[in-house]
Formats: sequence, structure tokens, C-alpha cells
Amino acid sequence: MRRRKTVFVDSDILVIGGGMGGCGATYESRYWGRDLKIVCVEKANIERSGAVAQGLYAINCYMGMQWNENQPEDHVRYARNDLMGLVREDLGYDIARHVDATVHKFEEWGLPMMRDPKTGRYQREGKWQIMIHGESYKPIVAEAARKAATEVYNRIMVTHLLMDKARPNRVAGAVGFNVRTGDFYVFRAKAVIVAAGGASHIYKPRAVGEGMGRTWYAPWSSASAYALPILVGAKMTQMENRIVLTRFKDGYGPVGAYFLHLKTYTENAYGEEYESKWQDHTRQLVGDYVDHHPVPTCLRNHAFLEEVKAGRGPIRMVTKEAFQDPHKETVGWENFLGMTIGQAVVWASQNIDPKHINPELTTSEPYVMGSHATCSGAWASGPEDCAPSEYQWGYNRMMTVEGLFGAGDTIGGSAHKFSSGSFTEGRIAGKAAVKYVNDLKGQQPQASEAEIADLKKTVYRPMEHYEVYRNEIVAGTVSPSYLLPIHGLQRLEKLMDEYVGGISAHYMTNEPLLTRALELLGMLKEDLAHLGAEDLHQLQRAWELQHRVLASECVTQHTLFRKETRWPGYYYRGDHPKLDDKDWHCFTLSRYDRESGKWGMEKAPVHHIVD
Amino acid sequence: MPTFVYMTRCDGCGQCVDICPSDIMHIDKTYRRALNIEPNFCWECYSCVKACPQHAIDVRGYADFAPLGHSVRVLREEEKATISWKIKFRDGREKNFVSPIRTTPWGSIKSPSDYAAPTADAMKSQELAHEPESLNIAALPALKPGQLKQGVV
Repeated sequence: MRRRKTVFVDSDILVIGGGMGGCGATYESRYWGRDLKIVCVEKANIERSGAVAQGLYAINCYMGMQWNENQPEDHVRYARNDLMGLVREDLGYDIARHVDATVHKFEEWGLPMMRDPKTGRYQREGKWQIMIHGESYKPIVAEAARKAATEVYNRIMVTHLLMDKARPNRVAGAVGFNVRTGDFYVFRAKAVIVAAGGASHIYKPRAVGEGMGRTWYAPWSSASAYALPILVGAKMTQMENRIVLTRFKDGYGPVGAYFLHLKTYTENAYGEEYESKWQDHTRQLVGDYVDHHPVPTCLRNHAFLEEVKAGRGPIRMVTKEAFQDPHKETVGWENFLGMTIGQAVVWASQNIDPKHINPELTTSEPYVMGSHATCSGAWASGPEDCAPSEYQWGYNRMMTVEGLFGAGDTIGGSAHKFSSGSFTEGRIAGKAAVKYVNDLKGQQPQASEAEIADLKKTVYRPMEHYEVYRNEIVAGTVSPSYLLPIHGLQRLEKLMDEYVGGISAHYMTNEPLLTRALELLGMLKEDLAHLGAEDLHQLQRAWELQHRVLASECVTQHTLFRKETRWPGYYYRGDHPKLDDKDWHCFTLSRYDRESGKWGMEKAPVHHIVD
Repeated sequence: MPTFVYMTRCDGCGQCVDICPSDIMHIDKTYRRALNIEPNFCWECYSCVKACPQHAIDVRGYADFAPLGHSVRVLREEEKATISWKIKFRDGREKNFVSPIRTTPWGSIKSPSDYAAPTADAMKSQELAHEPESLNIAALPALKPGQLKQGVV
């Protein structure tokens, strides 16, 4: 085995992931923990990492309490309605009451906010969204985090968490490797905040070949948000609640500003409004949820899918009217240039000028995340002053593992937090982690040296494997002894697509399909022991794949457990096609036992703390 | 849209390697210039395009759905705090856009430790840094005990 240097980094608080959640956690940890050593570790470069790397044209979670526009309770009602009744209201309320302060700080730091010329207030895109010139949103937020951190480590892929040898359910740090130098990193910490990314590329994307990278969510969101906590036995919730997005075709350009600000609307191929047509049909599946306002995201998808299945696609966005107004035309284009440049490229390449052509929409492949109109993630303790007792076992945003905190895509149940809410949740977790570290009073966790040595071997195994077996074949990518990361990824995407409700199955699955998916995932997991990585970049891809596969297994277990179709338009259980509030108005929880490799499933009650 | 690098413009400085969120911009060992090693993991985020001091990186739309002949070029000027775009359609039409990117000098954000240290009472409260002042309302909202429902509905 090639010798790899081991670098030890000791800290009080370790933040894994330097996206919006991680930058918020780093900033707040420093504010409350002036003398603490705070380390942020990032797979890429925090200047441009995470889901906001490209920029954003809107902040989708802002109350406007200073102008009495909305109150935190209103946001809880909104998120609850959108997620068909099931959200952690305590977590959502907590984010909503703090999020305005976060946004005001962004403005102070230099983020250009658009203002309504008449009122002087932030320009509203919709009830919750405000418009920004956010090309440098991430560099600005990263600057604040860099000022706050003791050290930022870029280009380190964290692969595993470390546990305390004295108290088995207590976290003690994390390990990973430097993608540039190949050095092994051991981060020993008193508290760990996981703020890594959700999951793209666990389902086969619509694009093929080169276009595979044009997923809606960033291709570097590799499910570390879930795999890291799952591996150490943290409970996860609502992992079946994957999201499907209605977006502009091929580029996945966002539709929010188009619907809300530009007042464009959709129609079928024959110029007809179609959503209302499906209302009675949808009511038979989900009852009066379809009559709620606004109509939940999944149900709007559902009407879209039914209309396309009825042969009246493509669905188009009617832009021709709005785009006659030059201001609106500019907003429409800048919206893409600010956050989904690829959509501008698609339209330029296909001569689609929305002033003259109504562009096509599509529904995306599914994604698993915790910050959009969906709420998969870890089961976390809630705020001390308003979380029901069943949701409170320790510090705010602490998972069911001691000393392990989370924010952003990592934390389940708190939908609709988006960029500002993820940063805010990072801040909440940061303050709580400082409290936890202060309360430890020297009872520092100790990672086991044997575990560190074992993990070091495990982490580099794909490179060892490749080195040994590459000489077995003349050249090329086909080996009987190893799989390359892309091979494993494509097998994962295909099986999730076909068995767990992806695009080719029209998002449909059932118990026999899910059972078969688990068998195939089991074999894929066995094959991951035979991954081959020819260099450090491929080693990163190998570990991203490991994280995606574990998260996918969790998604499949949850989908099997929930015997109803709670979110038609996100996915369907063909054997339980209707929403069932009697048995399933609850959260689903899972826990992975790493010794046995078995999953335990249970239900947890949904407490409604807001009317 | 996967990025590519013009041979005659790239000087191998590695800015794109340093910034790429997907770790796909690498330096070619033979030519000592940058290249995209994994176009199918490119999110066309333009981070490398914006960071390139030589304007050596461009984007050609994904082959599986983007016909040739288009271009979306960008110029990000930190000192002017603007970003400028030029969109060229396949049929030759053009559109241009300019937006601000920042309202304060780069590097001007204060560290949280430059603020007065929080009190022990603040530590115990639900308030986060700079609250309640930065909320622009009198106090951090809280649910009143009477409002707080416990129970499954």
C-alpha cells in the first residue's frame, strides 16, 4: 500500500460542508464561541460550493416582519400545506422567526437586493420570495464564514464520522482525504455539524451523455448530508419525500419568477388550461388537500403528469404576453443568468426567444433534499421554547447521536428553508453546538486509534484495487475485477429509476418493485467493495457513490414503509394509491445498524403547534 | 453545458482548477493547460469561466440537446462590481445584460468576533447573533404558551 500522510486537525466544532448551512454554522459558532477552535471542511472551495455556487436570483424564504408582511406562523402553515400536512412545525417556526435577521445581514454584507420603487421595501417575487442580484451570493457568504472560522479546509472529501470510544452514541470527529494531495485527514472535534449536500444523481436523469451533469440540483450534491449521519446510526425522517420539479425543458431553468413575478402561466399543447380539469380526479386521491391554497407543489405536478399521459403534451409556459414588456423580458433572462445559466444556453442554441415562442416545461427526475418543497433528512431535537417534548432530547438541531448537529439539507422535517433558511438553520445549530461544547467541560470525546487506522485503509481501497487489477486487462474500462465509479452510479440510477419511482416509471412504484430494488441495492453495495479508482478525483467519485447508495437504500426503505401515496406528483405507490390520514398522518423514521446492516423503521407523531 | 478551454488562450494558471465545484477542471500533463476532464459532471455553473483571467474558457451546449452555433459569454468585473452577459442565438440574434454583484468593498465583512461579546443571558435565550436589532422589529417572536398546542392532530 502506498504510504499516505495522516494529518490530525483538532477543533472544538467541526463544520462539514461550506455551503449555505455550513457558512451559517461557522459564522454563528464564532459569535458565541469566541475562544473556540472552529474548523470548516469543504469538498470543493467554499468560494463557489454547494447549491448556491452558481448564484441565485431570489431569496425564497423571507417573512418581512418589519413591514408586517408575514409572521413565522404563516410560514409554518404554508410549508405544512405544501407538504400535505407533514412538517416539523417547531423547526420551521424556529427558522422563520430568525430568517429576516439573516437576510438583513446579507444586505449589510453587500448582497444587492432589489427594491420595490413604490414602497422602498424588498421587491417581492411572491408571498415569501424576494428578488436579488445574487451572482456573488456565495462568495459574499463565504467571505463571512472565512472571517469567522479558525481554519477552512478546502478540497477535502469527508467520508466517515468518528465515534467516541467511551460513549458509543457520541460523535468524536470525522475523517476524509485531500483530493489534491491525497493526504488522509483526521478531524477530532467535540461537536460536529453536518451541513453537507442533499442528493442529485440517485435517479437516472432525463439528459443522456454529456447532458447528464445538467441535473436540476447540483451534481456535486452527493448525499453526504444523509450518508454521514446514517452510517453512525442517526435516525432519519421523511426520506421517502423525494422531490420532482416542474422546470423549463432540458436546462431545468426555474419557474418561480415566471409564475409569481412575470405572471406567466401554463397551457397544454392545444392552448388549454388543464390544472382545474384534474381537480376532481385528484380529490379522489387526496381528499380536500387539493382545495388548499396555494395548491401543493406535488399536486400541481400531478395535474401536469396526468395531462401529458392523456396525450396533450407538451405543457408550455405562456411567456409571449409578458415578454412584450422590456422590463419583464430582462427579468426573465437575468433570472436564468443569475442561477441557471444552462437554460439560457439551451434557448440560445434552439432559437427559443420567449418573446416569440412559449417554451416547453418538463418534470425532472426525483431528488432527495431537505431545504426545498420537500423535507428529507435527519431527525433532530427542536428549539427549547416551542418544541413538543417528544421532539426534544437535547440541544437544538442535535440529531439522535450525541454531539452531532445538522443544518440545511441535512435536517429533515423543515421544508421551504431554501438558501436563507439553510444559513439560518446553520446559525441555530452553531449556537447550540457552542452550548454543547461549553457544557462538556473537558469531558472530551476520544476517537479510537484502531477505528482511524481501519478507516484509512477503507478510504484508499478503491485506488489499491485499481492499481492491482488494472494490469489484468490490456486497456479500457471493462474489468472483471473492479467497477469504476461511473459504472456503479449508472447502475444505481437505473435501478432507482425503474424500481423506486423514477421518470421512466412515471414515478410509480409498489411493494414488489421496492422489494426487488432492495435486493439489487444489496448486490450493488457488495460490488462497491470492488470499486476501482485510478486517481484522487475518481476516489472522490467513489466516495460520492458510496454516500449516494446508502442514501438510496434509506429512501427505498422509507418508500416501502409508508403504505400510502401522500404526495402524488412526487411519487406513487400503485398498491396504495390514496392518501391515508388515518394511518399515515405521521413521520417515518429509520435507523441503520452498521453492525448488522439492517434498517429499523418506526412512526413518529406529527404535532401541530400552530393553528 | 460543458466547458472547454481554448489552447491559445490558456496559460495553465490553475484558477479554474481551484474554483471548480465539481473538481472537473484539471491541468493536462502534456500541454500544461486546463481541460474539462468530465463534461458529464459539468453543471454549466460558469464558476471557472468567470474566474479565468485569460478568458480562455467557454461553453458549448450539451451535445444531447443543444444545437451548435450559440454562445453565452460572461465578464465578471469585481472592481466594477458588475457582471455582463452576451447571449448569441444560433440564428445570430443577440441579447446583452448587465447586473450588479456587490454593494460593498470585497473583504469588508466584519468577523463575528469584532462585535461585543454576548452575555451569559443572551447565550441562554433563543436569540441568535445581532438579534433582536437585526430583525428590525422589537423582539424575537415566540409562540405564546396558550398558542402552543401539544398533541397529534
